[in-house]
Amino acid sequence: MKSIVTLSIAVALCAAAHTVRADEIQVAVAANFTAPMKAIAAAFKKDTGHQVQAAYGATGKFYAQIKNGAPFEALLSADDATPIKLLEEGAAVAGTAFTYAVGTLVLWSAKPGFVDAKGDVLGKGDFRKLAIANPKVAPYGAAAVQTLTKLDLLEKVEPKFVTGENIAQTFQFVGTGNAELGFVALSQVMENGKITKGSAWVVPGEFYTPIRQDAVMLEKGKDKPAVIALLAYLKGEQARAIIRAFGYEI
Amino acid sequence: MLLTDNDLQSIWLTLRLAGIVTVILFLVGTPIAWWLARTRSHWKGPVGAVVALPLVLPPSVLGFYLLVTMGPNGPVGQLTQALGIGLLPFTFWGLVVASVFYSLPFMVQPVQNAFEAVGDRPLEVAATLRASPLNAFFTVALPLAAPGFLTAGILTFAHTVGEFGVVLMIGGNIPGVTRVASVQIYDHVEAMEYSDAHRLAAVMLIFSFLVLLVLYLWRPSPKNT
Amino acid sequence: MEPIEIRFNIDWPGFSLAVDEQLPGRGVTALFGHSGSGKTTLLRCIAGLVRAPKGRLVFQGKVWQDDSTWVPTHRRSLGYVFQEASLFPHLTVIGNLRYGQKRAPADIPAEQRVSLDQAIDLLGIRPLLDRKPDRLSGGERQRVAIARALAVSPRILLMDEPLAALDLARKQEILPYLERLHDELAIPVLYVSHAPDEVARLADHLVIMDGGRVLASGPLAATLARLDLPIRLGEDAGVVLEGRITERDTRWHLLKVDCGGVDLWVRDTGVPTDHPVRVRILARDVSIVLAPVEGTSILNTLPARILSLGEDAHPALALVQLQAGQSTLLARLTHRSADHLRLAPGLPVWMQIKAVALL
Repeated sequence: MKSIVTLSIAVALCAAAHTVRADEIQVAVAANFTAPMKAIAAAFKKDTGHQVQAAYGATGKFYAQIKNGAPFEALLSADDATPIKLLEEGAAVAGTAFTYAVGTLVLWSAKPGFVDAKGDVLGKGDFRKLAIANPKVAPYGAAAVQTLTKLDLLEKVEPKFVTGENIAQTFQFVGTGNAELGFVALSQVMENGKITKGSAWVVPGEFYTPIRQDAVMLEKGKDKPAVIALLAYLKGEQARAIIRAFGYEI
Repeated sequence: MLLTDNDLQSIWLTLRLAGIVTVILFLVGTPIAWWLARTRSHWKGPVGAVVALPLVLPPSVLGFYLLVTMGPNGPVGQLTQALGIGLLPFTFWGLVVASVFYSLPFMVQPVQNAFEAVGDRPLEVAATLRASPLNAFFTVALPLAAPGFLTAGILTFAHTVGEFGVVLMIGGNIPGVTRVASVQIYDHVEAMEYSDAHRLAAVMLIFSFLVLLVLYLWRPSPKNT
Repeated sequence: MEPIEIRFNIDWPGFSLAVDEQLPGRGVTALFGHSGSGKTTLLRCIAGLVRAPKGRLVFQGKVWQDDSTWVPTHRRSLGYVFQEASLFPHLTVIGNLRYGQKRAPADIPAEQRVSLDQAIDLLGIRPLLDRKPDRLSGGERQRVAIARALAVSPRILLMDEPLAALDLARKQEILPYLERLHDELAIPVLYVSHAPDEVARLADHLVIMDGGRVLASGPLAATLARLDLPIRLGEDAGVVLEGRITERDTRWHLLKVDCGGVDLWVRDTGVPTDHPVRVRILARDVSIVLAPVEGTSILNTLPARILSLGEDAHPALALVQLQAGQSTLLARLTHRSADHLRLAPGLPVWMQIKAVALL
């Protein structure tokens, strides 16, 4: 009897100790990185016990929230400009920014065979609407504009633009067929390393400035072991394998 | 000038959208409200609930369904294509259609309440004075329900001006076509152009307040008759 | 004038109506009964505001309702006065009057057409024409409502307790106008009421309703003088007699009224001598003596013959039907008195009438 009580107490203490060590991390994550982040968070929890509380959304919105006291401890941005801005303004911890993923732009249509392997469909102009992410705020949108400039097609297709507020909405426009064509993220149309739906042209990397997605530790997460562990984990090979499987380069 | 041309364009677009939607809803919402106020059909409950749905549905749900149904594979999209209108998403009239759905309860409910408050008696009186039901509707029910119409018009207009989520979902943010003021403000915020956002937001705030103030001041006080 | 044929059967939860009657095509017919007796529903059926299934309604040879015909309210040539005036609040008085007047069909014969001026003068509302309904008193509103109903030049006027919502003073204000309608309009009037005094004053024909059924229907005087009606008028039991003034006593301010061979002295209310009048005699105000009494303050002591005796609501009381001249009267006395006097049908007696109301 006595031994059982002792055992119970020991188990309870162990559980308590474990709870103390396993922290919760508040992370703001770019919407386009939702799927890989979920996979990474699960792997991270299994390896370290730390629980990632991720909020997924537009980077611009996160910036405004962070500046106004949101409790995020790390940001996985959709671009590399926002982390720099936060660093300059003292909201992020110096020396912690790094590129965790590089996005790949694709010209995509929900219709099979609509997009050819070279993207010539753009020049033919045989489509009603071309969806892009808002180039003012979304890196994929800016990359799409760069691509079109490089192809010397910008002026021709600009009247056909419909603009999504973010890359997820842009994908929705194309996915529902309301726009026949759209520049979206490879990660949105890739499943298990392959493009499974519709037709796509993977835009060659030299057509646009690489879409670097940088992560940074925020002031609220400074010196927290769990946050340091997460950022280190993102640089590790296990996380990178997941990231690549979702259509990013790194 | 405090506002850019793009801002002014978005304001003008917003007013045009709200005005057209309000007029259409007067025409569409009034018969629905009349039916709801007077029917004893067991369809009253379901129809009333459907009309009220936009009150509780997140704009993203409504916007997504509209995007799908008005898209090339959706029933509405196939209808509009068959009629030669083309597809509605990313067009001004697509916004109008979406806003008509989204603002429907703001028109129907005040008008329905007003019709219910009028009651049966004035219409019975009109019938005994040899007015046909349609004639009685225009000469008795409409004038007596006028305050309800004013309220409904204010709410519908204001609600359409303030609409954002649905417009974002089906508008495609095309300058001069679907980029209304609320989207323009959102763009400014997203692009971290906070001072631009502030200016336009302040204009919207003041405008909305003034419209509501003027209409509320003009609104006739209820009479005891 | 052809009678109005009505047949309605309604079976609602908690309420039923079963009426199969012929109502007179002229004069004022009172539909009398307690609230819930079905009189208002009957009136609404006649107006077409309620559609009784399988009903039948023929008015002046025109079928308004049968199995294959339904004339909607706005095509029925009727005027309707509701219990509450129900004026249109967004229109002035004249606007209310014109609303129906301008919708009256063009084919109404000239002699049936009621002009706005006639309606206005009949109800005495000329000073009110430019006012909105919320600036009128309750009595004024009801007068406007009556004028409005008349201005459509109806072939029948339906009135649903037009005085019930008014206090006594307002009632007294309107009753003279209703009497003028009675005297000056050729069209039949159906008048729903639960007030015996209104009925006594206005009706020519009486329909008594209870529980959605017609208990009695007939000329006013004869119907009121019946003993067999299950409905009890209580303190209001009594008869109404029509008469003419035969003598005016200026010294004592009295009038002598001849009601079918019965001479009654009544207070002089100033009515013109040539005017037909109505008097109302309540059963409780009539007592019976076997021989004329000397030295009494009672003015009207008249010979009569007992027609029949009947029960009253209270077991102590009896109702006695009396014949005097061509008139029938009712007297209320105790069974004990009736027994004491050995009253029986055919017995000649004297009536002492304590009060006669000139209506």
